[in-house]
Amino acid sequence: MKTNKGANILWLVPAVFAAAALALFAGAVRNAGPEIIWGLRFPRILAAAVVGAGLGFSGAVFQGLLKNPLSDPYILGTSAGAMAGAVLCSAFGISRSSPLFYLAVFAGAFCATFFTYSLAKIKKYASVAHLVLSGVAVSTFLTALIMLFMTLYREHSLSLVYFLLGGFFPADNALLAISGAIVAASVACGAVLWRYLDIFSLGEEKAAYLGADPDKVRLIFFALASLATAASVALAGTVGFVGLIVPHVLRLLFGPSHRSLLISSALGGALFLILADTVARVAAAPVEIPVGVITALFGAPFFIWLLRSTAGGNNRIKD
Amino acid sequence: MTLIKAKDLAFSYNGTPAVAGAAFELLEKDVLAVIGPNGAGKSTLLRLISGFLEPSTGSAELLGRDVRSYSKVELARLVAYVPSELYLPYDFSVLEIVLMGRSPRVPWWRDYSDTDVSRALGSLKEVGILELRDRSINSLSSGERQLALIAQALAQEPCVLLLDEPTSHLDINYKIQVFGLLTRLACGGMGVIVVSHDLALMAAYAGKVLILKKGGQLYFGPAKTGLSGAIIAAAYGISDSAPVARLLNLAN
Repeated sequence: MKTNKGANILWLVPAVFAAAALALFAGAVRNAGPEIIWGLRFPRILAAAVVGAGLGFSGAVFQGLLKNPLSDPYILGTSAGAMAGAVLCSAFGISRSSPLFYLAVFAGAFCATFFTYSLAKIKKYASVAHLVLSGVAVSTFLTALIMLFMTLYREHSLSLVYFLLGGFFPADNALLAISGAIVAASVACGAVLWRYLDIFSLGEEKAAYLGADPDKVRLIFFALASLATAASVALAGTVGFVGLIVPHVLRLLFGPSHRSLLISSALGGALFLILADTVARVAAAPVEIPVGVITALFGAPFFIWLLRSTAGGNNRIKD
Repeated sequence: MTLIKAKDLAFSYNGTPAVAGAAFELLEKDVLAVIGPNGAGKSTLLRLISGFLEPSTGSAELLGRDVRSYSKVELARLVAYVPSELYLPYDFSVLEIVLMGRSPRVPWWRDYSDTDVSRALGSLKEVGILELRDRSINSLSSGERQLALIAQALAQEPCVLLLDEPTSHLDINYKIQVFGLLTRLACGGMGVIVVSHDLALMAAYAGKVLILKKGGQLYFGPAKTGLSGAIIAAAYGISDSAPVARLLNLAN
């Protein structure tokens, strides 16, 4: 069944390509030669697309699973876990560009999220409230450990802060391909199973009555979102606001059904991050601003505007 | 044909008994009212016969098989549950909500087909709110929203409809509309179980009644005999049955 709204998300595809084209030719070096354009910028734009897509997608999934439009991909301990992985690497002298770093961050992000999930499930029933509380607990604890490390080993702190803010470090193209494959596979699975996420928002008892096992739905989407987030964070650190804002905006534009929201959040996230990264590279050239600073700088005021302009409208955030 | 058969159903929440010794039968075309005081276990009973909860003792059978032996998807094609109210964090359209009722009949890899859409529209038409199909569900009045939830249940094409206090928060107009609809559905062959506090409404529309009191079942049988002042006063713990009978306009 195609709705009028569903067809309109297709304009996001040429928009992404246009942004990528713009980004290829924008940069600190004027009249850049092919080595810079294809050797440096192109992989970076691809990375921005992959990370943006992964974060946009998982933001949409968490907002659907937790039934809270203010959720982001990091809400369940993911960013703290990723940082913990980065800190561990720092402690052992593993550099940012090493594949081990990628693995440690990926594992940290993914395991922290699943640890949160199993903590919440110890009560036999991982309700939304339990998940969020358990996420707070795990995040707080891991963050405390991270802060302890950063206080004791101050010389490593700056590079860790850069990681926390998020930015595109020149990475191995193999790692880019791995993240790309993980994000693509997660988005594809989510796009097939979209209606179960819709049904899940009716509440878990009602979802069960409609034949959608809430435990299975929660677990599968949780896994997809965690994989996509971990793949994104391993590549670019904890870039904020993409996962929060992009699904929110697209929900306002095209409606809440995950039929189109999951794919459009991925495309929208890619678009947003390509543009943000272009600004990050160009705005204060030759200094590179971490892309997380740009997303927050533009994301936060935009979000406040959005909140104020939709409050009282038909997209009220219900409490 | 017997749709549901319950024998000696009992259930406790963490050691506190909620339902004890419930036994009844639901046949095709029955409209069965479940009444009783707060805490007598009416909602729990619905959850037991819908297979959502497992009874501590006794059994509930759906079409001759234990209700817990069905898979969730099979069950969703046979039994539809309408809650009293539903909180929706996002503004789905009415049609999107009703289409969700088709989900048990669509394999997980497929999208809703044109048949599914036309069945969903058919449910909306049967319930009388076809013109609301593109409205946001949260923009509807309580009565319209309840009708949308009933339409969603009908889209499942169930043979049994369970409703938990469907009209307690609605005005008389919607009460009549909903119960007129339920009567029509029952005539068409569906089995309907309604939990309600509205005794007068039940007296007007229910064919059979199941009366629960705290700790057990008091009566199961035709509504005409069951909804008497004496039995209801006993169920609700009211010492004088005369005002109850007057309220219900029943012979004592």
